[in-house]
Amino acid sequence: MDILYFAWVRERIGLPKERVETSAATVRELVAELSAREDRYAVAFSDLSALRVALDQDLSDFDAPLDGVREVAFFPPMTGG
Amino acid sequence: MRIAVQDGLFDIGEESNRFAAGLSDSGANAGAIVTFTGVVRGSDNGDMVAMEIEHYPGMTERAIRKIADEAMARWSLADVLVIHRHGRLVPGEQIMMVATASRHRLHAFEAAEFLMDYLKSRAPFWKKELLQDGAGNWVEAKDSDEEALDRWA
Repeated sequence: MDILYFAWVRERIGLPKERVETSAATVRELVAELSAREDRYAVAFSDLSALRVALDQDLSDFDAPLDGVREVAFFPPMTGG
Repeated sequence: MRIAVQDGLFDIGEESNRFAAGLSDSGANAGAIVTFTGVVRGSDNGDMVAMEIEHYPGMTERAIRKIADEAMARWSLADVLVIHRHGRLVPGEQIMMVATASRHRLHAFEAAEFLMDYLKSRAPFWKKELLQDGAGNWVEAKDSDEEALDRWA
């Protein structure tokens, strides 16, 4: 699955996109898996209330299942307009 | 309906004229056109040299279309236009534009406000202020942006 990072999440993790093999069932499990990898992930994901997630380009939530999902994106609350 | 996500500048007059011409060509019989233009505001102490706007290609267009579809469903609109820029913008440059048309003005005004409120916190854009000393600050979403959506619930 492709994982995308935007804004300060991208800066903290240090890359805009990566492909991961995961058996995580939910977004929360994926976050735990990534956070266990390296400090930069743990730091970026330390406060989930400051983050938003999109699954296949639709806003979702951290308890959503990852079944069949091809693209996960993590980013801070949006500031458009 | 037209949605444009672009890095280049747009001409407000040209876009307004094209929007109006499209209405008369389609025989929409709209009596009201509302346009809103968002402009990059400089910082109070003048130390902001530019605003960098990041977005999520693919999702951006999709999210804006969803918001515009919702506006079309809630109000009686003849047409909707949304233009939103990304990339490096300097204070005074326009960031985005919304136009709505309806038979009477109330629908066009309300729909334009709805579009603005949702574009602010549901379209995947992130603003970063670039300062004179080279530093960059991500603009944080405000609670009031989220509260503004309650009005439409």
